[in-house]
Amino acid sequence: MADAAPGRSDRNMAPAGNGAAIRIADLAFRWPRQPAPCLEIGEFAVAAGERVFLHGPSGSGKSTLLGLIGGVALPERGRIEVLGNDLGRLSGRRRDRLRADHVGFLFQQFNLLPWLSALDNVLLPTTFSALRKARAAVERSPREEAERLLGRLDLAAADWHRPAGMLSIGQQQRVAAARALIGRPEIIVADEPTSALDAERQQLFVDLLLQEAAAGGTALVFVSHDHRLAAHFDRTVELAAINRAAETGAAA
Amino acid sequence: MKAVLILAMKGALARRGTLGLMLVSIALATALLLAVERIRHDARQSFVQSVSGVDLVVGPRGGAVPLLMHAVFRVGDASTGMRWESYRQIATHPAVDWALPLALGDSYRGFSVLGTTPDYFERFRYGDRQSLRLADGRPFTGLFEAVLGSEVAKRFGHRPGDRIALAHGSGHIEDGAKELAGPGHDNRPFTVVGILAPTGTPVDRSVHVSLESISALHVDWVGGAPAPGLSLPAAALSKFDLAPKEISAALVGLKRRADAFRMQRHVNELRDEPLMAVLPGIALDELWRTLGLMERTLFAVSALVVAVGLAGLAATMLAGLAERRRELAVLRALGAGPGALCLMLLAEGLFVTAAGALAGLVLLAAGSAAAAPWLLDQFGIVLGQRWPSVNELALVGAIIGTGLIASLIPGWRAWRMSLADGLTPRT
Repeated sequence: MADAAPGRSDRNMAPAGNGAAIRIADLAFRWPRQPAPCLEIGEFAVAAGERVFLHGPSGSGKSTLLGLIGGVALPERGRIEVLGNDLGRLSGRRRDRLRADHVGFLFQQFNLLPWLSALDNVLLPTTFSALRKARAAVERSPREEAERLLGRLDLAAADWHRPAGMLSIGQQQRVAAARALIGRPEIIVADEPTSALDAERQQLFVDLLLQEAAAGGTALVFVSHDHRLAAHFDRTVELAAINRAAETGAAA
Repeated sequence: MKAVLILAMKGALARRGTLGLMLVSIALATALLLAVERIRHDARQSFVQSVSGVDLVVGPRGGAVPLLMHAVFRVGDASTGMRWESYRQIATHPAVDWALPLALGDSYRGFSVLGTTPDYFERFRYGDRQSLRLADGRPFTGLFEAVLGSEVAKRFGHRPGDRIALAHGSGHIEDGAKELAGPGHDNRPFTVVGILAPTGTPVDRSVHVSLESISALHVDWVGGAPAPGLSLPAAALSKFDLAPKEISAALVGLKRRADAFRMQRHVNELRDEPLMAVLPGIALDELWRTLGLMERTLFAVSALVVAVGLAGLAATMLAGLAERRRELAVLRALGAGPGALCLMLLAEGLFVTAAGALAGLVLLAAGSAAAAPWLLDQFGIVLGQRWPSVNELALVGAIIGTGLIASLIPGWRAWRMSLADGLTPRT
């Protein structure tokens, strides 16, 4: 919104103004055949390498927001920039390309292709993006990089070649994290990736993710309803606070 | 795009159980459709080949198709015959180049016995105007000599010099059921003197003897059965007049084909005996018209089988799509566009259909190789082993095309789903 309160936008701006990973301005989104927007964000930005905890209960429009950042949905109004690219001005193909090259996604569950091995799942982004393949191959081969990440995320080597569908949920989530990390994308978006894990493993998982993101200089947007996980992040943002549509109760 | 297609292949491989079943059903449907088409084509071909050199078939008045079936294909029985004088009259007509008398009615272990003149081996033409060739031995010259068609000789392992006993009647009898073949001519064994090379026509399944031999066989018969207590020694037969009195039909070749209709009218108008002349091509056309409805029905049924197979493929893919919805979202998050996902399903459907259709072709080749002897035996259809014809390839193309169309539905669904779901599948 043009007349957004300055205070609010300041609070949600990324500390480092220049190299913003994600920048949202004056955005509104409405699903087809719905009377009111489910998402209205005045200002929100994530700096390069910044690790943001986005707190939002279910129904606060976070899935929609992730879809917008991923470029699979377009806002009805406003701007959304990923690495300086205005997604609204890009073709669908370019947005797909941008997502493949620069954004790693991590979902609640079912992140993997169950019939591919764990290792092949991790390598998937390198088959979709030449850029991520090149980056994964900077120090070693993409395969070795995948193995290194799986090792870092505590997946036993014996499990690397098993079909992903045979792994436990916890193991699957670590494979998914390795997949999001491979090829050092500028942004990782994680949507409740720990909800299927038990409490003890949740923190462990988040810490591993934070470490690897930091090591890769990757901006991390971690969405969760669980405040306890927020501790080690650079910043916590309440989705309900930045989404004005939620206040009117029209959020999806 | 390429990455998506490679993944589609890997995914298809992972679901090989289900897709394999679909592939098998499409292969069977394809083989069925092609088999119907091939048998139809080859049956016609066999029929046309058998009469290619004959301009007219002459026989007792009746239906054109029954006459053709009886005289050329040895199928069915003729109720009456034609008199030898009438045959001579036609054979000596100035427009007639050659005429071959046919006396049918006896059989040898299920194969028809054809009484004719030695001219038969000179004059008869089949296929592409080819003449008969002896693989072994010589044509018959005297009484009780027989020339076997290749199939007859092969079946019973006969060689020149073997002695065979004919039976009255034309029952399609296999070995060991001789009593059904009517009374025997056991007291007048024939000597095999020659064996014909294979022709792929009913000639292969005939035993050729002279008209005089046929007369001699029945000389001591009364009213279609051996006269009781009367059995003449073969030597005594020469005292009888063995000149043929009646034959079943005649094949006629004209000097000029253009005379066919004129000659036909001439035969049909003969005063002495009610005869008819049939142009084989026209009689065959009539036969095809009769069979056309059945053929079309058969074709429609097998086309339906293909349609059911492809509908099954589409249904299976659609059903699988619900499970794969998450997969689609994963691929979407990895940078695949909705078009790529649609393409992935199209590729999968196309692959299964194409592989199924090719497997069907292989199945057809194997099946026709296995069934060819039986078809030849039972129906006289020569099923050739050959590369798929243009017609068959067009059918295969149509099947693959229809498969592509069938997989458009799941492809379109995947497109819609991936747009609606974005990165978070709603399942």
